[in-house]
Amino acid sequence: MIPDQMLPGIFAALMGIAILMYAILDGYDLGVGMLLPVDNESHRDTMIASIGPFWDANETWLVLAIGILLIAFPTAHSVVLQELYLPIMVMLIGLILRGVAFDFRAKVRQGRKQDWDMAFKVGSFMASAAQGFMLGLYVMGFEMSVASIWFAFLSAIGVVAAYMLIGATWLVMKTEGALQSQALKWAKKALRFCALGVLLVCAVNPVVSPDVMNKWLSGNGLLVMAVVPPLCALCFIQVWRSLGHSEVLSDVRCHRPFLYVLAIFVLCFVGLGFSFYPYVVPGQITIQESASAPESLRFILIGAMVVLPCIFAYTVFSYRVFRGKVTELRYY
Amino acid sequence: MADVIMLSRIQFALNISFHILFPTITIALCWFLAYFKIRYDISQHPVWMRIYRFWVKIFALTFALGVVSGITMSFQFGTNWPGFMEKVGNIAGPLLGYEVMTAFFLEATFLGIMLFGTNRVPAWLHTTSTIIVAIGTTLSAFWILSLNSWMQTPAGFEMRDGVAHALDWWAIIFNPSFPYRFAHMMLASGLTACFFIMGLSAYRVYRGDAKKAPLTALRTAIVAAMVLTPIQIFVGDLHGLNTLEHQPQKVAAMEGVWETEQGVPLLLFAIPDEENRTNHFEIGIPKLASIILTHDPDGEIQGLNEFRSGHPPVAPVFYAFRVMVGLGLLMLLMAAVGSYFVWKRKDLPMWYLKTATATTFIGWVATLAGWYVTEIGRQPYLVSGVLKTAEAATTIPSGNVALSLALYASVYAFLLVAYIRTVFLMARRSVEIEEYQPEELRIKPALTTI
Repeated sequence: MIPDQMLPGIFAALMGIAILMYAILDGYDLGVGMLLPVDNESHRDTMIASIGPFWDANETWLVLAIGILLIAFPTAHSVVLQELYLPIMVMLIGLILRGVAFDFRAKVRQGRKQDWDMAFKVGSFMASAAQGFMLGLYVMGFEMSVASIWFAFLSAIGVVAAYMLIGATWLVMKTEGALQSQALKWAKKALRFCALGVLLVCAVNPVVSPDVMNKWLSGNGLLVMAVVPPLCALCFIQVWRSLGHSEVLSDVRCHRPFLYVLAIFVLCFVGLGFSFYPYVVPGQITIQESASAPESLRFILIGAMVVLPCIFAYTVFSYRVFRGKVTELRYY
Repeated sequence: MADVIMLSRIQFALNISFHILFPTITIALCWFLAYFKIRYDISQHPVWMRIYRFWVKIFALTFALGVVSGITMSFQFGTNWPGFMEKVGNIAGPLLGYEVMTAFFLEATFLGIMLFGTNRVPAWLHTTSTIIVAIGTTLSAFWILSLNSWMQTPAGFEMRDGVAHALDWWAIIFNPSFPYRFAHMMLASGLTACFFIMGLSAYRVYRGDAKKAPLTALRTAIVAAMVLTPIQIFVGDLHGLNTLEHQPQKVAAMEGVWETEQGVPLLLFAIPDEENRTNHFEIGIPKLASIILTHDPDGEIQGLNEFRSGHPPVAPVFYAFRVMVGLGLLMLLMAAVGSYFVWKRKDLPMWYLKTATATTFIGWVATLAGWYVTEIGRQPYLVSGVLKTAEAATTIPSGNVALSLALYASVYAFLLVAYIRTVFLMARRSVEIEEYQPEELRIKPALTTI
């Protein structure tokens, strides 16, 4: 049996996995949404078709992440959600617009399709920017100063760029021809902004938070610092190299950029997670302080141990069913 | 502070009212889809596939609206009702967690295969995916109704330092009102889907769509409605008896009974006056409320005055209950008349088709009315006897809540209009949506009339 004091750590890890899965999976959805070209309907159709079978399940990771925060760390949940009331509202309205546009665009009169595509793009942008903004506020410990708002805006740009990067590399993997070469261009552009964003967060984080600084300079911290940032830098270089200089990528090479971006997401997340552990609200609430009653955590953990592997299994199955280059999205 | 509570309540009511519309359709519609698909697998008759194709697209649109409004819901617990999770999070959290883990991922993942995978997976797997999505939507209803029922009739817990702690999960999940509420809601979903299918199909038929698919769908839904409506009335009665046992103040508000009396009349109409604690313009059937609720013409029903310290606002509960029951009886009538024509193998007359079209969304109104009865009927408590609504509200500035409320209200109003217009537009474009082969249309020119 698992001892009570281990439960908060286990749930923090589960929540971390859910947030990371969300950032990667809905990250590429939202990235593709933001990249929708205004002037090319057939590209828009293909791009949306490439995420059509997946977006709904991808978005569910957000519900799981917020669910674990709610279930396992209820007091932190109320603090975080009340602090972030307005950006959450922007994000939710963005997600609503994006989600319904998927279906409306395919079903309304021809003239209205363009409008829903714009709703798709704007909704994706709202959701991504709001998430980046929230990340910024979170890093700053929800401090409401001019400096932290500025930082949150920069963080929003960083997250938008990161999502565009993963979205563009997703398209490189899933599409061919003219759209693929367009995606290669988008990826290269987004890569620069994304690298800048990551550098910025790394630079600001220890300056604003002495806790983070101490953490980085501790024994384990130096070890992590010696591994994660160089690896991350290597991945950035590899993304750039794998995008290549030709107009299109062969079917063998087209997966590489996406996989390297995936590695960047994982490394950044490990870095962030390490910097803030054991805090769930930076500098205020630790995971131990805000954890729910052990009997409740244990009840949910039993289910999670059975269900989460199943979720991973059928997610993999679904990606296998829809593997390969995207074809026209047909209902039958 | 009072206005932040009221604004939060309005916002939550708005969000959950908007949200529930779509699952109410999709829970049962997915079982209909599974039925259509199985009929096709057995008979290989193309009409079943056409019905499936038409309704699966309606399903996809409805499901998307349910998903996005559901995500909003999952945030509102924290943004607007922080006290709820702080006090009963140990109970509510795991129930919500199980909903996400067992239902949301299941339905969301297999939905992709159900919608877009017909050519990528074997036929049996596609049918299985449809059934899995239906199971997912039903599981989702199971967990959320378990939580809601626990808030109505809490059980299996103890309070330690002002926080609820779980003692017996079985007692929590299967709390006293859960079986009734779950059955009542599943049937409500069934009826909402029946009348939705009837309405859109009738609309197509009376606009001259002479194809077999809308007629078959229409007949199927009429027969299903004829089966489900009487069961719903029976289950609703059981649910009422259960409420009388556990929440007598709610029943008193539903029936507009102020003083405890025997042989209570069933009020068909009245204007409850909370200030003077009486009703105006009562029209009632003597002793019927006592007969229904206690199965004894002289049975005693506790009046609202017994609950001076806290009972729900009377008028909204009283009216909403009448709307729900009235619409339920109308549905029974519609189902019976339709079944008569189906049974006699007669064509459905134009007036019936038009009435069915007008009542496409009758299930929505009845379901919302029913939820208002039970949710407003729980006030002033959020969790009966454990947590008052006012104690759980957020402390953020009311201006922020007002802003978010205004935004949600405009987005939802817009989406609701867009949804209703789009489903009718889809009905008009059915030839395209059912994906007829060109040669089928050439043989029968009448089919091209959209």
